[in-house]
This record gives sequence, C-alpha cells and structure tokens, in this order.
Amino acid sequence: MTWIPEAASNLAGKVDGVLLVITLISIFFFVLISAVLIYFAVKYRRRREDEETPYITGNETFEIIWTVIPSILLILLFVYGYVVYKDMRTPPKDAVDITVTGKQWLWTFDYYNGKKTLNELYVKQNVPVRMIMRADDVLHSFFIPQFRVKQDILPGRYTQLWFIPTKVGTFDIFCAEYCGTGHSAMLGKVIVLSPEAYDIWEKGIGMDDGAAVSSLPPAELGEKIYKQKGCNACHSLDGSVVIGPSFKGLFGRTGVLENGKSYTADENYLIASIYEPQEEIVEGFQPVMPSFKGILSENEVDAVIAFIKTLK
Amino acid sequence: MEQANMDHAEGHDLHLTPEQEYGISKLGMWLFLGTEIMLFGGLFAAYAIFRAKYPEMFLESHQELNREMGAVNTCILIFSSLTMAIGVTAIQRGKQMLAGIMILVTIICGLGFGVVKYFEYGAKFAHHIYPDTNIFFSLYFMMTGLHMLHVFIGLAVLGVIMVLTFKGKFNEKYSTPVEMGGLYWHLVDLVWIYLFPLLYLVG
Amino acid sequence: MANHTVATNVYVPFLEQKGFLSWFLTTDHKRIGILYLISISLFFLIAGVLALLMRFELMTPMSDFVSPHTYNVLFTLHGSLMVFFFIVPGLAASFGNFLIPLMIGAPDVAFPKLNLASYWIYIVGAIITLIALLSPADTGWTFYTPYSATTDTDVVMITFGVFVLGFSSILTGMNFIVTIHKMRAPGMTWHRLPLFIWASYATAVLQLLATPVVGITLLMLIAERSLGVGFFDPAKGGDPVLFQNFFWFYSHPAVYIMIIPAMGVISEIIPVFARKPIFGYKAIAYSSLGIAFISFLVWAHHMFTSGISEVAATIFSFLTFLVAIPTAIKVFNWTATLYKGSIELHSAMLYALGFIFLFTIGGLTGVFLGALAVDIHLHDTYFVVAHMHYVMIGGTVMGFFGALHFWYPKWFGKMFNESVAKLAWFLVFVGFNITFFPQFFLGIQGMPRRYATYPEEFESLMALSTYGSWILGLGVLIMTVNLIKGLFSDEKAPQNPYGSLSLEWQVPSPPPTLNFDKIPIVTDWTYGYGKKKEVDA
Repeated sequence: MTWIPEAASNLAGKVDGVLLVITLISIFFFVLISAVLIYFAVKYRRRREDEETPYITGNETFEIIWTVIPSILLILLFVYGYVVYKDMRTPPKDAVDITVTGKQWLWTFDYYNGKKTLNELYVKQNVPVRMIMRADDVLHSFFIPQFRVKQDILPGRYTQLWFIPTKVGTFDIFCAEYCGTGHSAMLGKVIVLSPEAYDIWEKGIGMDDGAAVSSLPPAELGEKIYKQKGCNACHSLDGSVVIGPSFKGLFGRTGVLENGKSYTADENYLIASIYEPQEEIVEGFQPVMPSFKGILSENEVDAVIAFIKTLK
Repeated sequence: MEQANMDHAEGHDLHLTPEQEYGISKLGMWLFLGTEIMLFGGLFAAYAIFRAKYPEMFLESHQELNREMGAVNTCILIFSSLTMAIGVTAIQRGKQMLAGIMILVTIICGLGFGVVKYFEYGAKFAHHIYPDTNIFFSLYFMMTGLHMLHVFIGLAVLGVIMVLTFKGKFNEKYSTPVEMGGLYWHLVDLVWIYLFPLLYLVG
Repeated sequence: MANHTVATNVYVPFLEQKGFLSWFLTTDHKRIGILYLISISLFFLIAGVLALLMRFELMTPMSDFVSPHTYNVLFTLHGSLMVFFFIVPGLAASFGNFLIPLMIGAPDVAFPKLNLASYWIYIVGAIITLIALLSPADTGWTFYTPYSATTDTDVVMITFGVFVLGFSSILTGMNFIVTIHKMRAPGMTWHRLPLFIWASYATAVLQLLATPVVGITLLMLIAERSLGVGFFDPAKGGDPVLFQNFFWFYSHPAVYIMIIPAMGVISEIIPVFARKPIFGYKAIAYSSLGIAFISFLVWAHHMFTSGISEVAATIFSFLTFLVAIPTAIKVFNWTATLYKGSIELHSAMLYALGFIFLFTIGGLTGVFLGALAVDIHLHDTYFVVAHMHYVMIGGTVMGFFGALHFWYPKWFGKMFNESVAKLAWFLVFVGFNITFFPQFFLGIQGMPRRYATYPEEFESLMALSTYGSWILGLGVLIMTVNLIKGLFSDEKAPQNPYGSLSLEWQVPSPPPTLNFDKIPIVTDWTYGYGKKKEVDA
C-alpha cells in the first residue's frame, strides 16, 4: 500500500502534484521547527539554578522574515490549488452525461443510453464523463478516492463533477457525507471498461462477467447479487436488524404487517417484496426500500431467494 | 442585564465607586446589545437570502399582513422610546416621580404593542396562516416572535426598575439601572424599526 | 482604583470556607473556576470513554461490538459533549475565571453574580442535554440538515441544551471583556498584560459575536422539527446548505474559541521555564486578534464540496491561507523564546513543548485542507479527523493539561508527583500520535469519516489507531489519578515555585479570598526575565 492511492483518472495526477508540493513544504517546516525546538531544549537546558539568561524581547528582522516567507509560500500554494480546482470544475464539452441519484443507502445511475444500474457505475476508459447528481432524501457525497473526485449531493438541487477514467479496473465509490444508519454501507463500485468491453456491456449482454455469473449455482449467484446490489446495506446475514429485516432465517418466517395482516415469507412474498417493496411493510420497519424492478431480472431474484433459503 | 445591575458593590467586595460601576455596566450593556444584534442578524441574513430567491412569494405573502396594525405598533414603540428617554433624563436630574411615570407610560406602550400583536397573530391563524405556510411566514413568525420575546423581557426589566424608581432607589447620583433598561428598550425599538418595513412594506 | 484599597487583613485562603452553599452560591471567580474545572473535566472523561468505545468498535472492519446505529450515536455524543461541554467553555471558563482577575490585579471579575449565573446556565444546558440522552441523536455534532430535520432520534432536546449553553458562553465572554477593560490594576497597561489575557480577550470577542448566530441557527432547526418550518428543507423552498453556512459561521470562530486560550497558556508557561522574556510580545498579542478577526471570514472552507459556487470557494480558500500566517508567527516566536534560555523540563513545560510539536502538525495539515484541489480529495475523510484532533487534542488539550500542571500549586496550594506527571505526559504524547498519525494516511487513502464499518484494506492502520487510543487513555488516567492524589498530599505548595513574575504568583498559594491585600501597582511588564533588565518602553 503506497501512501497515495492509485491514480486512475486524468485529475488524479494533478491533485497529487499539489498534494506532493504541500507535503514537501510541510515536512520542511515541521523538521525545521522540531529540530530547533529539540536543539534549544537540549543545549539550553537548566544546569544550575542561578544561571543568567539574556534579556531578549524580540527582533523585528526575524518577525518580518517569518511573516513574509510563509505568506509568499501560502499564496503560491493557494494559486496552485486554485488552478487545479478550476480544472476539476470545468467538464469538457464532449463529456457523456450520467445521472446519479443518492438515496438512503443506495446509488442509482441513469446513463445517456437509457441504461440504469444500481450501485455499479460502468464507464468507458479515456472517455470524459459528467456526473449530474441529485439526492432523494438527505445529503450524500459521491467520492471515488482513486479518481480524487468528491461532490456533495443535495436534495432539490443538481450538483456535478467530471473525470476521465484512465485505467481499466474496479474502484470503490464511497458516500462521504454522513447520511444516517446505513452511511458506511452506502458503497458502490465504478467499473472502468476498455472500449471493446464497454460496447459489449452497452449492447445489453448484462454484467461484464455475465457468462461466469450465470454458470454459478443459484445460491452462490444470489450471494454475489446480495453484495453487488447493495442488499447488504440494510439486510444483515447474522440476525441483527440494521434497517430492514435480517436475511437469516427469513425464509418461511411468519409475522404481522404494518396494515395488521399477517404474512408468510415464501417465494411469492419475497418476489413481491423485491419488486414492490412499498406494498407490504413488516411491522416495525420503515418503507424505505427502493423497487428492484428493471434492476434485477427474474432469474436474479430467484437466485437471491435461493441464497436466502440457505440462511437458516 | 438585571443581574449586571444587581452586582453593584455588595457582590464579591468589589469596592467600586458609582462612576466605576456605571462605566462597567455601560460597557457590559453595549456588548450585550452587540450580541443581540448578531442574534437578529442571523434572521436578517436568512431574510435577505430568501427574499432574493423568492421575490414574488415575498411580495404576495406580505399583502396578507395588516399594514395598519404594523404602522400603529411602530408608532407605539417609537413613542415608548421617547417616553423612556424622557424618563432617563428625568432621573439624571433627580426627578424621581416624573421618571417613574415615564417608565410606567413606556410599559403601557409595550403592553399595547403586545395586544395589537395578539390580534394580528389571531387574524393570521384565523386565515389558516401558520409558521409552516411558506418561508415568508416562517420568517415573519420567527422574527416577530423573537422580537415579542424581547418586548416581554424588556417589560419585566422595566417593571422592576419602575418599582425601584418609585421607591426612590435612584437619583441624579445613581441611575445606572434606569439607563441600562433604557438602552435595552431602545434596542427592542430599533429592531422593530427594521422589521416593520422589511415585513410589512416589501413592495 | 489605587487609592481605593482594602485594609490589610489576615490571610484566608479562598478554599477555607466549607459547605455546599459556599460553593454553589459563591461569587468568587476562583471557586467558580473550580466548579467549571470539575464540570468540564467530567464531560471530558465521559466523552473520552465514548471515544475509546468507538475506537474499540473500529478495531475490525465489521460491526461486531456495537450496531451501526449505536456507533452513530456514539460519535454524535462524543463530538457534542467534547465540543460544546468541554472544549468551548474549557480553558476560558475554568482557567480564564481563575486567572484573569489575578493576572490583571483585580479582586474579581466585573460582574461576579453574572459569573455565577453563567455557571448555572451551563449546568441547566448540561442537564437538558443529559435528558436528551434518553433518545440520543444520531446526527453528528454538526446537526446537518436535512438529516437532522428528519431523523427519528431526539434532535430538539440536544440542540436546545446547546442553545442554552450558548448563553453561558456569551455572558462569560461579556464579563471577561468588561473585566479586562475596566478592572486592570494601576500601571497594568495593555502592553504589560500577560499574553493569556490577550488571548482571553480575543476569545471573549469571538464568544460574544459568534455564539448568537449558532443560537439562532439551532432555534431555526428546532422550528424546522417542531413547527414544520422549511428554512432548510428543499421541498418547502428552503436550502440545506444555508444551515451549513450558518452553522460554520459560528463553528469556525468556535475553533478559535477553543484554541486561542491554549495559545495564551503556552505563552505563559514557556517564558517562565526558559527564564526568558517572551519573544515578540506584540506579534503574539496582535496575532491573537488577527486570528479572531479572520476567523469570521473563513467559514465556508468547511464546505468546498457542498455545492457552493466556485467564486465563493476560491475566496474562502484564499482567506483560509491568510489565517495560517498569524498562527505561524506564534509558533516561530515561541520557539525563539527558548534561545539562550535556562530551560527546565517541568511537566507543564513538556506539555507546552508537546503543544508546539503537535499544533505545528495540526496547522500544517490545515494547509492541505485549505488548498482547493487537495481538499476535494481529503474532505470528510479521516484526514480531517486527524487534523482536527491534532488541533484540538494536540493543541487545546495539551494546553489544558499544561495549564493544570502549571497553575496547580497556585490554585490548590498542593503539589502533585512530578515524576508520575512526566510519565503520564509521555504516554499521552506517544499514545496520541499512535492514535491519530495513522489517520492522516487513512484519509489520503480515501477512508471516509463517520463510518461504522469499513473496507478491509484499512484494517491494519485502523487497528494501530485503536491500540494508540489505549495508550492515550492510560496516560490520561494516570494523569487524572496523579492530580487528584496530589490534592490529598501533605506537601504544601510555595507561593512561587517557578520564579514567575506574573501577578498571580505574588500572592500566597492558594490565593486569599480577596486576591490581593491591597491592589498592586504595576511598574513593569510580565515577562521581565533575564539580566540587563530594562523597563519596557
């Protein structure tokens, strides 16, 4: 692990430049002050009680030196930081637009080509992307450390950021603005595909590793979806209640709904809960789950149910 | 403020002369008024921001307010500031009776202000206008409500000062509490002089 | 004032009188200082334990000790209690109360009863907040809307507690400003004042002008929750970022309310143990005022990623860099004071030197966060957590501990065990760095703050940080025990154990009830150490 995360966007190198310069200047001043402090503390330590000390009350030359030099350095750093910031805030005209919606505790992405994904952002290598972002409920913040980009997402107002992904790979998306109980589970992935792989994804063949996934046994595929699609933000596997009911021992459970009716968590109930989550809310829970219609295919829902069945 | 006035001499053996105590109280009072202005300043800032954002809403909503009542209240408060100032001058010249009566008139004006405000609020509620109706009324109720609270505190302070004045506690040599009470009342008046045009005369 | 002195009377230490009422109805600034000292220390220890619990949870990536909701409650309480109940009143209310009248040669503060009232307002605020713990909020100490307006937890009660507390802060600030203006002993001119007084003055101005703004902000938030008002709710035409603007308009100056008194403490400790006049007195004094002034103009540097305009971000970034200058000036002057001194590494001096080390790191990492491009990456990560703890613990708490050790003999008339104090300092210093230095790297790596669970790649640094917190906790525990034990020791403190020239050391330890037999007449500045002593021009 290097001290700076991998630089995977066009902006990362520029930000790292500023970071490096500030780091070097800081280390210089810290070492200087520490060295002088320790040197004085050792050299002038009190050896006898009656030592005489000189009556020095100040020195204007020194005051001017250590006011002016830091001032000049600070103004230079300000300008350097500003120049790079200006770049970070100015998207190129040919950027493609992706709309991001943050909601407790999920990310949804709507693409210029009509596609829609959940918690997984697919982008093409070396193509500038402009993210147009909005929150449904409270503040969130869209943060990709490897790209060095971050922008708060607000309800009732659009904010934006842009980047050019330069490296193929999968990187973390974090929510950086505290948004409640599931804040630390509001994670996503940005998947940077080579132009060829991106075209395949765009033609709708499904996930990049579609073939591998579909060959998995249903329960294992379900577990993969559970992690990828953010179910884990609200549904635990160990019986603890996070936001929604735990998946542990869920299958076959009976109980009472908010509307007073009773339910049994069989296949039909679970499918309905995934596609129409607002219809039947279990007593004691909030109606906060988004619909997965159009996000999970029926095969994928079957796989999730198969996974739930394994959790006794 | 009241406590500030009660601190004289008896406290922790400060042994202050009346002049010292006057200087101390006056500086303290002015600092306190500075704090008050920052308190209202927050709401004035919010007012400026939202008015710039929603000029039409402010224009439309303010027509629901009763300008006549607001104007009457403005006159009442300005008059009460005048009587308060006369009261302060009177006590500095040692005229205890006149000072007491002037403070009494100030208090009556303050109560009158409260009565008018009571009818105004009542009329708003009758028209189903509440603090959550829109941002303008949120600001209206919060600003005038906070101001009303200051009026009530001012009335309580002036009430105590009036009783002490009639009891002859103050004279030309020692009138610090009356002056401090006066300063506070002028602040209450001043805030209203800004609130009235901002809320009632938006156009 | 000089011709208006108290008749010489028998020495009665201010601690002499016993009984409940003699404490809770006292108007003696020294006793009120002790009341504050006990109260804030209790909150410091409680909030510190909450921090240890959080670090324990964070030792592993998963939520295996407390649930995410409980974790969120923990950091909310830790932050709220530390900020509003310990560090904002902190040094100003405890040591400020004890020292200001003694240092300027006054029998008490200007409004002794108001001073007592301020303490009781503080307690009322504290009780309201403790009631709020029945349904503890989970918003973080910043109470950002719209989450704070919509969460099911009880936000109104805790914000109301903080609101009440604000009055205590305002009245104390007012009291101190008037005291410093009007109560100075004859000859105690502005340029002879101890630097702690300058610092307290700058702090009081901030308390007076900034606190009402957070007061009104919290009132607006309370109206939002209880009356359905929509100042910060976009659905009703409001603006959530407005809350952040209002909140930081107070809370950034509040950072300086927290740190400037500690800078004052350092400026007192260093000359005494170096036996040297403070270097650059006027530069240090005026830089306190400079910091106080600029601190009103930098609030939006907490909001570079919040969606404010580029122009605003640029202006606030520039002003933020300006605030670094007076801060740097202070550090250089403190260091220069040591030159050719006769330095005794007393425990208080160790805390002062520790302050310079750690505060320099805190200040320099602030430059990272002030630079626009870098802040975009580091904002709301552990880098910010580390930076603010380097300033708040490395700065303010080091200053607080230093003050405790330095003025302990004067305040209580007893001595603590110096060797144990040095050991505790070592543990605090080392433990603190192990806890928080790795967090700079976590932040640069991208670890966001306020995460109950975290990806596995951060585990080793997070665990290291947790181990450090145990050392830090042990150090604070040893220090606390040592200081409490000292109160019951038989060793009486001499009047002036370090040979200080400041006025508070010229009265017996502990000071008499009325401070001075007669009001002193000051003829020289406070820092006339060293040979070739001249009268300050």
